[in-house]
Amino acid sequence: MRDFISSRARAIPPSGIRKFFDIAQDLEDVISLGVGEPDFSTPWSICEPSIYAIEQGRTSYTSNKGMPQLRQALAEELKSLYGLEYDPHDEVIITTGVSEGLDIAVRAVVDAGDEVLVAEPSYVSYAPCVTLAGGTPVPVPCTAADGYKVTPDLLLERITPKTKALILNFPNNPTGATMTRSDYEGIADVVTDHDLLLISDEVYSELTYEQKHCSPASLEGLRERTITLNGFSKAYAMTGWRIGYFCAPCGITAAALKIHQYVMLCAPVMGQVAALEALRHAREDKKAMFREFWMRRNMFVRGLNRIGLPCHMPEGAFYAFPSTEGTGLSDSEFAERLLKEQHVAVVPGSAFGESGKDHVRCAYAASREDLMEALRRMETFMATLS
Amino acid sequence: MDEKDRSILLLLEENSRISPGEIALLVDLDEREVVERISAMEETGIIRNYTALIDWGRTGDGQIAAIVELKVSPERDYGYDKIAGRIARFRNVRSLRLVTGTYDLHLLVTGQSMHEIASFVAEEIAPMDGIRETATVIIMKSYKENGALFVERDEVERLPYSF
Repeated sequence: MRDFISSRARAIPPSGIRKFFDIAQDLEDVISLGVGEPDFSTPWSICEPSIYAIEQGRTSYTSNKGMPQLRQALAEELKSLYGLEYDPHDEVIITTGVSEGLDIAVRAVVDAGDEVLVAEPSYVSYAPCVTLAGGTPVPVPCTAADGYKVTPDLLLERITPKTKALILNFPNNPTGATMTRSDYEGIADVVTDHDLLLISDEVYSELTYEQKHCSPASLEGLRERTITLNGFSKAYAMTGWRIGYFCAPCGITAAALKIHQYVMLCAPVMGQVAALEALRHAREDKKAMFREFWMRRNMFVRGLNRIGLPCHMPEGAFYAFPSTEGTGLSDSEFAERLLKEQHVAVVPGSAFGESGKDHVRCAYAASREDLMEALRRMETFMATLS
Repeated sequence: MDEKDRSILLLLEENSRISPGEIALLVDLDEREVVERISAMEETGIIRNYTALIDWGRTGDGQIAAIVELKVSPERDYGYDKIAGRIARFRNVRSLRLVTGTYDLHLLVTGQSMHEIASFVAEEIAPMDGIRETATVIIMKSYKENGALFVERDEVERLPYSF
């Protein structure tokens, strides 16, 4: 029999956490700091009307682009929060999570042989998405010294005549780094000078603790060459509803919409109804969850530094990214032993790219009690190393 | 009042036994600053009391509670304040609020029996000067009090890992 697996599928690496997943399955009382989702249930102010909508029979397809009321409400929200101007009629697509938004964005713009810069450490989907589209992902390693921000020099060193696009994700998973308007200004010049497209995944945009989120498409000259991706998962604790959105100038949006039509048809209607409810009624719920994340961050990061795991103060998202360099263990060994010996699950930084090595990602999307217990166990673990 | 004060209040409202040390870690202040801020808010009357939320229904003591609504004629110069002050002094009036709508005052009244509540309303509240009408509703079951659910819910399972 032939080997039926395509070379593209073969080219993408398997998940870097599979092994840990299997170990965790066999352990009791694991405290997980390994999940990239809020530990809250979706606010009831969102769930209740969504359940009613299902009871009323709202279970059909929607317009390919997504419900018009939702696109309209989103366009207004983006304008008021970030000063973004998108026409809800032909510049917004509701996607099945940001995951799908990323896929259609990359496929809409990447040709075989194109190089795409990916700022790392990064969420794990960017490089495989580029590979699947026939492009070549080029990692841009950000460093702790720069606060894990992307700098113009880092980009310039890696731009070639084949470079077509740049994928950024701020606030960042896994580092929690954010970018200010002035940080983006330097990037904007590079992107414009080299005629690049910017794909900006801003799914943590509502979780910034030191200053308001800056959306790069709001910068002079960037809007026409930026695809803004965002979603409801993190801000509203709606990961399972699978609702994201894609915003870009109408030409790019039209191209992405064709792909979306054929592979996804439309995002699930229940999720779209819920997303509309989120925009209308969940402002206070969102604020309460935000405050909780802020408090956990303060407590947890201080704790990490106290027990000998140096950690910069993350300005966004819900991840702490401490260094494990001083432990004498690689990040993978650290994560594996911490899981096996103390039943605390964290993700090795190298899962997020080469530049993430010697760090671990700890999601503080866990209850305060669990975070304190995790710190105690990590302290015990650190004591066994010295 | 800043966001840190607000956070301190929310933490205390959620659990009044939380230690100043723990609050300090959560809101990124020194413990001493937290103690000072709490004292200041106690002095200005923002923080009124530290208390436990008890589900008396589970004690088997048979205590019952009722919401009593009152129509009241306001007094010249005092409005509702004077009569409200008199009603509030009864030990078994657990809360008392001036509200909009058909009735003016809303009371939460507790007692050991229906009889006790009935006689309290009929003999002590209704005859007071200025009370024009009363309506008493007995609380049959509490599902939620002060933001805390009184009904158990199952924990939802989450994956141990995801990116």
